[in-house]
Amino acid sequence: MTKQEYTITVYTENQIGLLNRIAIIFSRRKINIESLNTSPSEVDSVHRFTIVINETEDVVRKLCRQIEKQVEVLKAYYNTNDEIVWQELAMYKVPTEVIASAVKVERLLREHGAHTVVIRKDYTVFAVAGQREETDKLIKVLEPYRLIEFVRSARIAIIKASDGFHEKLKEFEYREPGEDAIENEFLNENEKVFSM
Amino acid sequence: METLTIKKEKPATKPTTQVSGSVAVLEAFLAEGVDTVFGYPGGAIMPIYDALYDYNDKLKHILVRHEQGAIHAAQGFARVSGRTGVVFATSGPGATNLVTGLADAMIDSTPVVCITGQVFAHLLGTDAFQETDVINITTPVTKWNYQVTDATEIPAVLAKAFYIAGSGRPGPVLIDITKNAQLQLFDYSGYQKCEHIRSYRPKPIVRKEYIQEAAKLINAAERPFVIFGQGVILGKAEKEFQKFIEKAGIPSAWTIMGMSAIPTDHPLGVGMLGMHGNYGPNVLTNECDVLIAVGMRFDDRVTGRLDKYAKQAKIIHLDIDPAEIDKNVKATVPVWGDCKETLPLLTELVDQKVYPQWLQLFKEYQQKEEDKVIKEELNPTTEIMTMGEVINTLNELTKGDAVIVTDVGQHQMVACRYAKYNKSKSNITSGGLGTMGYALPAAIGAAYGDPSRTTVAIIGDGGFQMTLQELGTIMQFKPKVKIIILNNQFLGMVRQWQQLFHEKRYSFVDITSPDFVQVAKGFGIPGKSISKREELKSSLQQMLEQDGSFLLEVMVGKENNVFPMVPQGRGVAECVLSREEI
Ligand SMILES: Cc1ncc(C[n+]2csc(CCOP(=O)(O)OP(=O)(O)O)c2C)c(N)n1
Repeated sequence: MTKQEYTITVYTENQIGLLNRIAIIFSRRKINIESLNTSPSEVDSVHRFTIVINETEDVVRKLCRQIEKQVEVLKAYYNTNDEIVWQELAMYKVPTEVIASAVKVERLLREHGAHTVVIRKDYTVFAVAGQREETDKLIKVLEPYRLIEFVRSARIAIIKASDGFHEKLKEFEYREPGEDAIENEFLNENEKVFSM
Repeated sequence: METLTIKKEKPATKPTTQVSGSVAVLEAFLAEGVDTVFGYPGGAIMPIYDALYDYNDKLKHILVRHEQGAIHAAQGFARVSGRTGVVFATSGPGATNLVTGLADAMIDSTPVVCITGQVFAHLLGTDAFQETDVINITTPVTKWNYQVTDATEIPAVLAKAFYIAGSGRPGPVLIDITKNAQLQLFDYSGYQKCEHIRSYRPKPIVRKEYIQEAAKLINAAERPFVIFGQGVILGKAEKEFQKFIEKAGIPSAWTIMGMSAIPTDHPLGVGMLGMHGNYGPNVLTNECDVLIAVGMRFDDRVTGRLDKYAKQAKIIHLDIDPAEIDKNVKATVPVWGDCKETLPLLTELVDQKVYPQWLQLFKEYQQKEEDKVIKEELNPTTEIMTMGEVINTLNELTKGDAVIVTDVGQHQMVACRYAKYNKSKSNITSGGLGTMGYALPAAIGAAYGDPSRTTVAIIGDGGFQMTLQELGTIMQFKPKVKIIILNNQFLGMVRQWQQLFHEKRYSFVDITSPDFVQVAKGFGIPGKSISKREELKSSLQQMLEQDGSFLLEVMVGKENNVFPMVPQGRGVAECVLSREEI
């Protein structure tokens, strides 16, 4: 099995210490986290982690089971890049005088979908939301104009096939959950499982 | 309740009383049915100990001699009683001393709730005296942990702690309570047990489709083989398990943790799996056509080399923990669920069968092992005694009714290979972590876990010296623990490996010991040291008949090895019976 980029989406309770619990599942196995984001989710009170790693599917599946095993984790999903819509946010700080004198730069920025966040006398901050290639490309472009500072956020991702977590959470609230809450991934892949 | 309350008149619908966080902790214990606590006091847990002073009649507190002893005792208690063990320790060093036991309880799925004191909340993160980041230190070795800084949280958090520790796949839980929360008075409206956490699913709904698939495989099998682990015991499914194997007629082998779930002399019981398990079960793992794993996790000490493990077999894996399924060995049919539920469903669907020829094959391998290993171990031709004959003689006297607690090393393997058990929850050992020093404190806990049973600790001369301070606990609280030290004057198991795999370069395995009998005497515990076979039976008898604890040191062969052995890195079928075969 070959390694590839996987995005892991974890729905959790909002609990101090859970970030560490999840992070050590990776570090214990000496797996590098490429990017990690925590945010609210579509459901009130439910937190959402988005984690990107480069691994084989077998490893990712096992990691997700270990993550789901944590008491405060509701659900963990993993997806390949073509199963998600994803973005990162990048910010670039450049000297305002350079920008002002080189009109070319402003055109360049427009071409890259950047917008201005702050303009001060001494510096200007641009931001771009996009995928890695796009934000990387703009670094290259800005470098000749003395890029003072650059930062990129973790990936956030939307799962194309997901119906959201509202319904699922309702199931979790019940003492006796319906079968849906406890998805049976083994059985859902019946053929694969039983034919080996 | 009146005794512990400072009453305040309040016209509330639900009557509340003002209690301290410390009292709330103890009330939670009582509500959870806790009667025994193992602990050690200190500055940050003093309010709880102060409250404990008034609970003397309801809660037995066993003052251990080291916090590691407290948690191992709680583990022994839990393993024998099937209840959750409870521990108190103070902050800083008290809490860090628990870490080995937490790791042990985590890997062996033992339900334990540890309460640690912590510095005042306003001092967190200031490097205050005896402040340690206990939550982060213990995160990888706890099923759940939580820091309480406000007393009002205590009832609900403790309810959660007991629920999590004891349900699903059990494990250790640590609750760190800051001193201010222990002191804080709050309106207490009683304790409510936790029965549901929305993000926690202790066991799934069993899907019948798997059971049907599994039964199909079993019914079509010609050489089915059952291997089972502690899941059977933790699931309290011994009866269900026995019914299953008896109806299906399948030879069954236990892992070290599954041992005693069925009586060792059960006609379908074919022995122990693993590195020093029995010959037949190891070799025939690679001959069966359907391998049915029940409540076990395919540890590397059981599987040997994975790419040479049961490759010919279809595998059915019954486990409550979905993370275990397909972790090491890919299951053909995964049966995710509580084996207390899944086994009866499976029993219903399997055909009543017997496999006389297949069972005969196990007997033939057993015979080979008898001839090459067991005979000499149990009836040695050497003048010096063997560990095996000590265990064998003990069997004769206890008739398999004792709780046997072992430490880690050669004596552990020998004890588990030869001890007889009639009853479940009788073999208490550190299986997953292999923690030397486990046995003495665990035996103390075991003695409290079921005082009606005889508890025998079997310990090496090395391991005994790791936690022998717990003799002080025995001296003070008088649990009846029979201690057998099998003294080979070496760190035996490491010496065996050095002999077999490091050209006999004995590097720091030669360990000198104090006069153990004198040491015991210093703690007021009678004892005896023997080196002659003629004295063995009568001395064991004396030990068992002693009303109270007794320490028996038995001098055994210095350079005896434990066989059979699946050498590291080899497949189970490459199990060897002697040094020459390695
Ligand atoms: C805490 C700890 N330290 C080290 C080891 C490694 N170890 C495993 S067995 C063993 C030797 C045990 O010697 P002894 O207690 O005398 O028992 P024997 O093997 O001789 O029966 C050692 C050092 C361990 N398991 N646990």
